Amino acid sequence: MAEAIAFYALSVLILGFAILVVSTRNTVHSVLFLVLNFLCVAALYVTLGAEFLAVIQVLVYAGGIVVLYLFVVMLVNLKRPPETHQDPRRQTLTGFVLAGLVLGELVAIAVYSALPPTPTGGVASVQGGNVERVGYALYVDYLIPFEVASMLLLVAMIGAIVLAKKEL
Amino acid sequence: MITPAHYIVLSAALFIIGVIGVMVRRNIIIIFMSIELILNAVNINLIAFSHQWQNVIGQVFAIFVIAVAAAEAAVGLGIILAFYRNKETVNIDEMNLLKW
Amino acid sequence: MLDTVVIPLLKILILLNGVLIAVTYMVLLERKVIAWVQVRLGPMRVGPYGILQPIADAVKLMVKEDITPTRADKWVFTAAPIIVIVPALIVFAVIPFGDQVDLFGRTVSLYVTDINVGLLYIVSVASIGVYGIILGGWASNSKYPLLASLRASAQLISYEVAVTMTLVSLIVVAGSLSMVQIVRAQQDAHVWFVFLQPVAFVLYFIGGLAETNRAPFDLPEAEQELTGGFHTEYSGMRFALFFLAEYANMIVVSAVATTLFWGGWLRPFPSIQVAPLAWLGLVPGWIWFLAKTFVFLYVFLWVRATLPRYRYDQLMRLGWKVLIPLAIANLIVTGFVKVLL
Repeated sequence: MAEAIAFYALSVLILGFAILVVSTRNTVHSVLFLVLNFLCVAALYVTLGAEFLAVIQVLVYAGGIVVLYLFVVMLVNLKRPPETHQDPRRQTLTGFVLAGLVLGELVAIAVYSALPPTPTGGVASVQGGNVERVGYALYVDYLIPFEVASMLLLVAMIGAIVLAKKEL
Repeated sequence: MITPAHYIVLSAALFIIGVIGVMVRRNIIIIFMSIELILNAVNINLIAFSHQWQNVIGQVFAIFVIAVAAAEAAVGLGIILAFYRNKETVNIDEMNLLKW
Repeated sequence: MLDTVVIPLLKILILLNGVLIAVTYMVLLERKVIAWVQVRLGPMRVGPYGILQPIADAVKLMVKEDITPTRADKWVFTAAPIIVIVPALIVFAVIPFGDQVDLFGRTVSLYVTDINVGLLYIVSVASIGVYGIILGGWASNSKYPLLASLRASAQLISYEVAVTMTLVSLIVVAGSLSMVQIVRAQQDAHVWFVFLQPVAFVLYFIGGLAETNRAPFDLPEAEQELTGGFHTEYSGMRFALFFLAEYANMIVVSAVATTLFWGGWLRPFPSIQVAPLAWLGLVPGWIWFLAKTFVFLYVFLWVRATLPRYRYDQLMRLGWKVLIPLAIANLIVTGFVKVLL
């Protein structure tokens, strides 16, 4: 019961803030709604027993990535708003139609493939809390992908610095 | 009783909102934020199945998704800043230099 | 019902009131300490030795006119102080003030909750507070607050990296992210972690000074350059919220330093059971905790009264070129030692 209440309340908040993100005119307000959306998603992770990921979500997304967005929005201090002119190629209509089609498809998949819940033991080979299990999986089973991800972040960091620098 | 189907529907709806944002808005910063919404929709699915199967591998994948999102945001915003310095716009319809 | 609802609510009530009272008296203490350093008297008029000054300040702030600039973004302007104060207060949920005690025949633990990602929770929630500062400066629609808020957010993000990196090496030593488990680990190790991680403690404290915008890193509030900082346009209770958040963050940094490095509620020499030290065990744990936290708070004020302010480029150079490389080196050394031992 409590799980259902939490799920529905968080779902409404997540979807509501997501709609506000894409529909608000003011870009700074849009960024703010994005933060609220991410915080609600983090709360959803907590209800799913993934505390470590919830904290990472707040730390990386809400505390890092979105601050970057906010910085860029403030630096790109727009003299003329980007959406004043008419949409030349009717992309708005196409967008909604395509989105509706994808929604229909996803709902169909979800409805037809709704398996009966069969929780299994899985490969939880390490006892302990969520952090220990995630850490074990990350550093033992997925060590190579983890290193590749670190290389990706390094490359992205160097690329961002090169792009943002005025002259090298 | 909340089944994985509930989470799939939630994540599908979030995904769709992100897709609409990408297709409809012309401000590239908003488009980037819509992509973050899409990535979050994916993460919700991964975590829901991780909970369903009592297996942490879904959470490990979600961590990789977050890492990729961080890399994407850093490079993408760098491109936006570089572009804005040259053309004074963030409208994606005016970013058509590669067509020439 | 009693264990799951009433007792936690009571704890939260006591904690929030305690924190807010502590914060108001921190302001008085700061004025007094700086006055002593400068051979002045400080506030003396309200009550004996000025001890009722915080109440006078609070009344003044509450009855002051609440001004919103006409060109300001109303919603964001209102939300910014709230965004600053909420993370500063909810961090206290995982700080362990003491171990379990017997109270009225029940066993009560002296912390609101103990989650197994406690330390990460503190770091991540603290990183939300930066939004209030950026948005407060932006929404004022005024140039000095905007400059100050850009300075503040760049500073907070830079030093957050250094502090988080530093804390990782402490986590390696402690082997847990739960604040209570970290204190227990210090009991099991028979030593406070400051003796195992002295570099980490120094880095953490410098980073803590910078993250709370305190002197010598109070660039965002440099009155001579910015007419007051990101909260220039705020008045009355909204200004007070920014002020409360700054002091609450100081208490958080001190309490976390106590918990992670100085043994939390443990007495000095936590595992030596000899007669000359027995009297140390008579003092309850929470008094040790509060005393240690108070020492750090005093150091905050002492530093402010002593050191001149950094220049902005020096601040950034210190953060990126000294603290972060040192934190990474410390982490590598810690990892090697941990593997080899």
